[in-house]
Amino acid sequence: MRRFRGFVVKEFYHIFRDYRTLLILFGMPAIQLMLFGYVLTNEIKDAKIVIYDPSRDVVTRKISDKILSSGYFVLERNLVSVAEIEPAFKQGDVKLALIYEPGFAGKLEKTGKAHIQIIGDASDPNTANMLVNYASGIISNYLVSMNSKKVPLQIIPEVRMMYNGELKGVYMFVPGLMAMLLMLISALMTSLSITKEKELGTMELLLVSPMRPSQIIIGKVFPYVFLAFIDACIILVLGKLVFGMPLLGSVFLLLLESFLYICMALSLGILISNITNSQQVAMMISLVALMLPTILLSGFIFPVENMPGIMQVLCHLMPPKYYIIIIKSIMLQGNGIEYVWNETLILIGFTALFLALSIKKFKVRLA
Amino acid sequence: MPENSIHVQSLTKRFGETLALDDVSFDVARGELFGFIGPDGAGKTTLFRILTTLLLADKGICNVEGLDVVKDYRKIRRISGYMPGKFSLYQDLTVEENLKFFATIFGTTIRENYSLVKDIYQQIEPFKNRKAGKLSGGMKQKLALSCAMIHKPEVLFLDEPTTGVDAVSRLEFWQMLNRLKESGITILVSTPYMDEAGQCDRVALMQNGRIMTISTPNEVIRNYPLSLFSVKSGDIYQLLSELRLYPGVHSVYAFGQSAHVSFNDRNIEKEILSDFLKKNHHESVSITPIEATIEDCFMELMNTPAKEKTT
Repeated sequence: MRRFRGFVVKEFYHIFRDYRTLLILFGMPAIQLMLFGYVLTNEIKDAKIVIYDPSRDVVTRKISDKILSSGYFVLERNLVSVAEIEPAFKQGDVKLALIYEPGFAGKLEKTGKAHIQIIGDASDPNTANMLVNYASGIISNYLVSMNSKKVPLQIIPEVRMMYNGELKGVYMFVPGLMAMLLMLISALMTSLSITKEKELGTMELLLVSPMRPSQIIIGKVFPYVFLAFIDACIILVLGKLVFGMPLLGSVFLLLLESFLYICMALSLGILISNITNSQQVAMMISLVALMLPTILLSGFIFPVENMPGIMQVLCHLMPPKYYIIIIKSIMLQGNGIEYVWNETLILIGFTALFLALSIKKFKVRLA
Repeated sequence: MPENSIHVQSLTKRFGETLALDDVSFDVARGELFGFIGPDGAGKTTLFRILTTLLLADKGICNVEGLDVVKDYRKIRRISGYMPGKFSLYQDLTVEENLKFFATIFGTTIRENYSLVKDIYQQIEPFKNRKAGKLSGGMKQKLALSCAMIHKPEVLFLDEPTTGVDAVSRLEFWQMLNRLKESGITILVSTPYMDEAGQCDRVALMQNGRIMTISTPNEVIRNYPLSLFSVKSGDIYQLLSELRLYPGVHSVYAFGQSAHVSFNDRNIEKEILSDFLKKNHHESVSITPIEATIEDCFMELMNTPAKEKTT
């Protein structure tokens, strides 16, 4: 036990004396969280629009007011001719144009029909799509409120978005970020620290010592369990304080599941370091084989359901996917273990598999 | 307890096409300071790695203190100290932290075995708070040796401990090893420096994975079969090529500013040689009969098998 403690102390010296490691360990979670929270947001706020309104009557003004007071849009300017639309788009900032036909209110009164054209800047298709949807939603809402007395038959869908009423992006990226960062810290850091010993030749000395391989490995990963755990807490606290991420379920269960996920990532890191001898290869494998799939295939950014069949199969092989499902279930829906035991078992399975493989691959000699 | 500390018989190790160790056999007595001398690629490091249980041999028997390197590798790891050829300590830990760490993983403390390393460690103790990566070559070696010895090993394996160390530190290092030997510890050292052979009790001269000879340094020199002269003149390059043409010459090698010339014939008259060189316009020729150095012996041994094949 004294040996083990000495080993862990040495490991902490390594970590705390390397400012790059420290920066990755503690700077990265905060920076990533801020990046995803403020920069890479796909929510729309204050999109600039132009309006061409030749009729200028009660109805068109009402509609324009509704749109501008929604919070999604701000008026860039009112156009005086249709010809100004394209230059307005080309100047860049304008995302949407709203065009009423002449004599709007009158036509609506007489024929029950009037036209509004919504033109979106589809050079950014996702944003255009969303803006157009928001705008038409606002218009049809207005129409419904206007008609409620006259039209006898109406089906009005009452939409309610459960667990994330405001469709906030944070709810999605906090769990995703946790999955990604814990994977990065655990797998990348451990595989680097083990291959570093191999590169510097100190592994030779550790091997000829009476330390058992299991003691060496556990001693190497132990500090990272601890540090990754701190990181998980940092993300959770920042997510809650800065972005108002709810935490409905049991904190204890959440931390327990995070611990399991960290163990899974660590055993993966050990496996990587057992099959490589250089830090560079270990880094490549960790980044390419772990980071990218974690980001792309775990459902963190792109919904798994929309992927082609083969990719979906691949997605099911990504451990982070299950972790994301688990923490979303706990944080947003307030579920207990009875709802996530399936995913928990899968994570335990992955951990056991990686550990078994690395023990089988561990060499008690150099070659 | 077995009679010998190390027993190696017909050890063979192959890396792909290269034969790193070719049928190597030797014994090292307990408490002996045994040197392996040979150039890079002679197989010294491979041999040490097999002895320290880091590599498996393809063939042969290898025992350390009566323990088999394959079966009893865990026990051997407990009783041997190893200093790899490459400096392999933690550069970001201080001198003291390194020593403490190695004491801890061997289940001991610095205090418990301080007397053992005191002689060496005292020299670097003033720098105990300096990072190991910032030490000079000589100090690094001293620290590495301290770390290899802190657990009181019965056998010490030092792979090229003096490579990359200045001449003064090298001499100091050998003096330390000789003092260590007095405590009864068996020490195996490898080195590419021929002039260090004299510091060992016995040496094995190695070349291309084979041991060419094993004996005491004096005996190696005594067994040198030729008569040897050191020849100096103004133009060393001219001298070398002309000496090779001289009748009865066995070999000619450049040794710094002089040429070492050997003859099979013990009765060579140095006046005749001197006249020959003067006739070839060499000025200020000096010819001295000399005792062979280990390096001369090594060169001779290196050539012997090749000569046997051609004749």
